[in-house]
Amino acid sequence: MPNRLKVAVSPHIHKPVSVSKIMWSVSLSLIPAGIAGAFIFGFPALWITVISLITAVTTEAVIQKLTNKKISIKDGSAFLTGLLLAYNLPPSVPFWIPVVGSFFSIAIGKMIFGGLGQNIFNPALAGRAFLMASWPSYMTSFTGPLKFDAVTSATPLALLKEGKPLGDVSYMDMFLGLRGGCIGEVCIIALLIGAAYLLFRRYINWQIPFTFILTVGLFTWICGPRGFLTGDGIFHVLSGGLILGAFFMATDYVTSPLTINGQIIFAFGCGLLTAIIRLWGGYPEGVSYAILIMNAATPIIDRFTKTRVYGIVRY
Amino acid sequence: MTEKQQNRCFQEFIKGIIRENPTFVLALGLCPTLAVSTSVSNAIGMGAASTFVLIGSNLIVSLIKKQIPEEIRIPCYIVIIATFVTVVELIMKAYSPALNRALGIYVPLIVVNCIVLGRAEAFASKRTFVHSFMDALGMGIGFTLALMIISIIREFFGFGKIINYPVSYNFHPALVIGMPAGALLVIGLLLGFFNLIKQKK
Repeated sequence: MPNRLKVAVSPHIHKPVSVSKIMWSVSLSLIPAGIAGAFIFGFPALWITVISLITAVTTEAVIQKLTNKKISIKDGSAFLTGLLLAYNLPPSVPFWIPVVGSFFSIAIGKMIFGGLGQNIFNPALAGRAFLMASWPSYMTSFTGPLKFDAVTSATPLALLKEGKPLGDVSYMDMFLGLRGGCIGEVCIIALLIGAAYLLFRRYINWQIPFTFILTVGLFTWICGPRGFLTGDGIFHVLSGGLILGAFFMATDYVTSPLTINGQIIFAFGCGLLTAIIRLWGGYPEGVSYAILIMNAATPIIDRFTKTRVYGIVRY
Repeated sequence: MTEKQQNRCFQEFIKGIIRENPTFVLALGLCPTLAVSTSVSNAIGMGAASTFVLIGSNLIVSLIKKQIPEEIRIPCYIVIIATFVTVVELIMKAYSPALNRALGIYVPLIVVNCIVLGRAEAFASKRTFVHSFMDALGMGIGFTLALMIISIIREFFGFGKIINYPVSYNFHPALVIGMPAGALLVIGLLLGFFNLIKQKK
């Protein structure tokens, strides 16, 4: 079976794929979304991404130097964390926000647990949650697309939450990314190009993202605002950070379950929590919190979806 | 008192501050630590109140330890502790209503603070009057110092203040550090830091 990844339940077979190769491939697959974000929101988006990347890589190097560990910044995991964190920030945040966020992601989200492979939570999302709880005003003010004069405009989900009219944002606008939102989450088509590359190379499997997205779509459709089956599932799938979260953050090897069954449970939980937070929660968007909560549940999912050892009698 | 006895008393006092610090080494009394370490003034108030209760309960317990029946010792300790907590609460209400409002429910909750009960059970019920007093003083000061360290960090990063004075208007404090989640984060990091120092020794 040449398509099996190294991190999986047994049986194992060697494959010339390494952690760093996967990390750099995922980073590469996120580039189109970054270019789209920089095009939609202008130069601030680009600077925020660069600052976040530099801080993440520097933090990892400095901590590994201080703790006398091998400096492993070349494996690309810190780069990926910095990139994902930047993609989760609004383009109008002050420049110290990505610095603090990246530092928190790497130092508290990852290195304190023992580095790559030991962390419980997705580091980029841990950083985002920290920023969100610390500076909510910066983290929830968004600039509109293709307007470079920093006029604030709410995201479609925030408008929906406040019960305001959505204006003239069509599905096509949302698909192309012409809406308010975080740097890397808006341009769905660019994200899908990257995701298709990862799926094609089999670096991620289809079970997690598709279960996640399908659950959100179906649940928001079933529990609509005007009763049963009246929701706008397509709107919910295209808005917020769902596509970014489902393809690039819920599929993180370290913080998602090992078996396929476990991954489906994990993704279903993510989708359900996202939909619940969006429909009835206090925040307009819930993808990041849903993934973090399910990250915490990953060890227990792994325990209950253990594969049976061949030859052992089932009790 | 001979020199040896004095030395022993000093040991009982000093161990509560670093070697057996109630917060960072014994990890006792974390609930009030999480709740009131938002500002240095709260921390000092809470620390002083707890120290008073500790001294009072340790003294009384060590004095009447022979009279307390083994089977009902915990209720007896609680009655003694609750008496001193009531004294503290009434004094605080009379002389420092602002502090009482800031600490709120956590003043009466000193009754169930595990440091106080822990010292009564583990120390005062077995040791002499003088040693119990020194132990209570050391533990109380250790608890107060721990609260102050945590609250200095949380007040600065969470509210942008150093002992109630704002640092700068350009400084944007991280709200989460002032919230319970931030308290857990700060205490966890400090615990790890002190363990690191202990390992290095």
